[in-house]
Amino acid sequence: MRRVLTAALFALPILFLAIFYAWPLLAILRVSFAGAPGEAIGQVGAAVGSPAFWQLLWFTTWQALVSTLLTIAAGLPLAYIFARYDFRGKSLVHALLTIPFVMPTVVVATAFMALIGRTGLLNTWLQDAFGLAAPPIRLEQTIWLILIVHVFYNVAVIIRTVGGFWTNLSPHLGASAAVLGASPWRVLRTITLPLLLPSILAAGLLVFLFCFTSFGVILILGGARFATIEVEIYRQAVSYFNLPLAAFLCLVQLAITFSVMVAYTRMQARVSRPLAQRGGGLARRPANRREWAVLAIALAVTAAGLLAPLGALAVRSFTLGDQGPTLLYYQALTTNPRQSAFFAPPVTAIANSLLYATATLLISLPLGIIGAYMLAQERSRWAAVFDPLLLLPLGTSAVTLGFGYIVAMGPLRTSLWLVPIAHSLIALPFVVRTFLPALRALDRRLREASATLGAGPLRSWWTIDVPLLLRAALISAAFAFAISLGEFGATLLVARPDRPTMPMVIYQALGRPGLINYGQALAMSTILMAVTAVALIAIERFRVPGSEEF
Amino acid sequence: MLEVRDLYKRYPPDKEVLRGVSLSVERDEILCLLGPSGCGKSTLLRIVAGLEHADGGTVLFDGAAIDDLPTWRRGFGLMFQDYALFPHMTVAENVGYGLRMAGMPSAQRTARVDALLDLVNLHGYGDRTIDGLSGGEQQRVALARTLAPQPALVMLDEPLANLDRLLREELVQEVRAILKHLRVPAIFVTHDQEEAFVLADRIAVMRAGRIEQEDTPARLYRRPANTFVAGFLGFQNLVTVEHDAGRPHEVVTPAGSFTLHDGVPAGSLAEWRLLIPPDAVLLEEDRPGPEYAAVAVVVQSLTFRGSVFRIAVSSVNAPPDDTLIFEFRNRGRATAMAPGQAIRLWVDQAHLVLVPKG
Repeated sequence: MRRVLTAALFALPILFLAIFYAWPLLAILRVSFAGAPGEAIGQVGAAVGSPAFWQLLWFTTWQALVSTLLTIAAGLPLAYIFARYDFRGKSLVHALLTIPFVMPTVVVATAFMALIGRTGLLNTWLQDAFGLAAPPIRLEQTIWLILIVHVFYNVAVIIRTVGGFWTNLSPHLGASAAVLGASPWRVLRTITLPLLLPSILAAGLLVFLFCFTSFGVILILGGARFATIEVEIYRQAVSYFNLPLAAFLCLVQLAITFSVMVAYTRMQARVSRPLAQRGGGLARRPANRREWAVLAIALAVTAAGLLAPLGALAVRSFTLGDQGPTLLYYQALTTNPRQSAFFAPPVTAIANSLLYATATLLISLPLGIIGAYMLAQERSRWAAVFDPLLLLPLGTSAVTLGFGYIVAMGPLRTSLWLVPIAHSLIALPFVVRTFLPALRALDRRLREASATLGAGPLRSWWTIDVPLLLRAALISAAFAFAISLGEFGATLLVARPDRPTMPMVIYQALGRPGLINYGQALAMSTILMAVTAVALIAIERFRVPGSEEF
Repeated sequence: MLEVRDLYKRYPPDKEVLRGVSLSVERDEILCLLGPSGCGKSTLLRIVAGLEHADGGTVLFDGAAIDDLPTWRRGFGLMFQDYALFPHMTVAENVGYGLRMAGMPSAQRTARVDALLDLVNLHGYGDRTIDGLSGGEQQRVALARTLAPQPALVMLDEPLANLDRLLREELVQEVRAILKHLRVPAIFVTHDQEEAFVLADRIAVMRAGRIEQEDTPARLYRRPANTFVAGFLGFQNLVTVEHDAGRPHEVVTPAGSFTLHDGVPAGSLAEWRLLIPPDAVLLEEDRPGPEYAAVAVVVQSLTFRGSVFRIAVSSVNAPPDDTLIFEFRNRGRATAMAPGQAIRLWVDQAHLVLVPKG
């Protein structure tokens, strides 16, 4: 009886993945090869034969590669500093690093425009200070702006993954090498870097994956000049309604991202090599003035880099235009002027977003927790098969997923449920990966002890698992909530225009001319940022040190 | 050879780890730093290795100050408690690492690595990975790696602490034999007095950043400098003591009166304790000589410990919680005794020592 129940429970996430993940992808495959056999091959052949396709592939790849290398270059020194030094407020800075994890792409893109865009804060200040006629920083619609935002987005992945690994690296290894005659440079080259390499590669692959499928950032900051495969899929599907081509691009992207995912999973397994990871740790307080100075500079740069764009966004949302501090743009959100493209006052998007996010949380949290329990089963064939499977949605782009829903769900495609379902699918890997380490860390002997003390399976779960895993569950919930709030790519395709989310409203407002529209985008972004910050604080509040597995 | 003068080390905000430590290690000598955890012995090692800088004092080697010499130029060996074997290298690559750093050509290196693996009884282990080794094997690889570049001084930081007892007893002999064979000066850090006794030519007992006593193992055992050292060496019978009025060589304790051959210091004995070693006592039937004094005691408990048995006794005149512990070779006699029984013991007065409190 118990086994049947367990099997039924474990079937839930699998069923969910089958219906809302595998099925839409299969539908894309079908669309891509629809019509007469020759016709499909002909289309694909035409696409592959065109220079535009190869340009698209090339741009997508190199921008991801350059973004990844820049991110690693920026992240490694910070990872070292985090691993090396203990200081007051370290947990606060660590909390700041969660910002990019959960801040919606739309918000971040808007924030960077507010900071270093043509009419951004920095340009305005520089113009005022030096009496310049034209804005001195001209990054808008250049690849630089995209690269900068990608670094902002992903630097925390490097800092956290590599830094976490570095912290636990026994300091005796480097000391031993030094005693054996290795200069600091050779210690780095022969000991530290080789040992860090798997974690750098793992983090780098993840960053590459995120940048390769970058959507919101490119769509908003790239203008018409730049397009990744992801952006092109969206354009083909929505603007030109060329479904077969969109489907073909989806398949190309899937093939690439899956390969990267496989490499990532392999690397990740190597990162958890136990031997080099001995307690003690490297972290200590800075010993002298020079170290304090290095630390202070690094922290200042990090904090400024993370907070300046968001700060600029908030400031700009109140000061856009020439009339000084104003609430104009916030007020505009509550009205729905005639001839507006909005179906309702934009402010209703806040309620929509919160509703979707709540539904996402309710779907993804139970599924993710069941999935984590499934993966935590010892010596289970299920775990071996489903470990990579549950991670898969991470490697599937949001736009592909949204597109799959459009072509697979038939009459259901206008259902309001599609949004939280798509969000849940995207949130699922995060929920599993956040919850799983805590679950694995739970000593099996605790349950065994409770059993010997007379607790049945259910009592044992209620008195041991639940209290000990509550924090992890709350963090997972906050992650799911935040992911839903900021999700953009899939939402753009599956959400109904009369029930837009906050990111959709921001994107629509950005697409229209005029200060009032831009102001509304800034105001809405600021609100979204504030709501996300609440989820962020919840994550940090419940975080157990060293528990993340990304 | 190595001389450490007046070292001070403070960790912010106000933890004084070393408070004026001076010591020296001569050629061919094994010095043991013995002390409880947190006494500063590992920090001392790290400063000698150049991994940390002292706030005061100096480290000299062959008469020259080496305080500003970076770790990697000192040419010392240091072996950590967790061995710190490089997990991404094979056994041979680990052992050969120091030789590689010294620029030894590869062919020569291979020969030397093989020779060292032979020395630590790991013949043919060169191609193994670190993960596959047992604790004892890891310890041997770490020792070989430390010794490979022929360091001018070897430091071992509790190298046996992670091993089980049986293996430890075997390896402690082996480590001493290897160090003596190579005639390399060594500092060995431990908190286990038995390990120190077996391994050391000289022992320095540390407490709270200071050296309390420095001597050969035998002399240390016979004459602990104070009650802390005595306690750390495992002595439990430290009893309060008073002058016996009119008899300058005699003292009175709750256990009885004893004659001390070395005499008794004048003045109050409130700051002194009498150390009665556990092996300085015979049972009544052992028929001792004239240097023994009789003590009447009540048996509190008996513990069987294999080749010896241990009894806790209290003096007839003393409160029962003031117990003394003695050990006797076990020849089936323990069964003849029972808790509560009054017995007579003979104390060898030649082995009694007056120890200042400290």
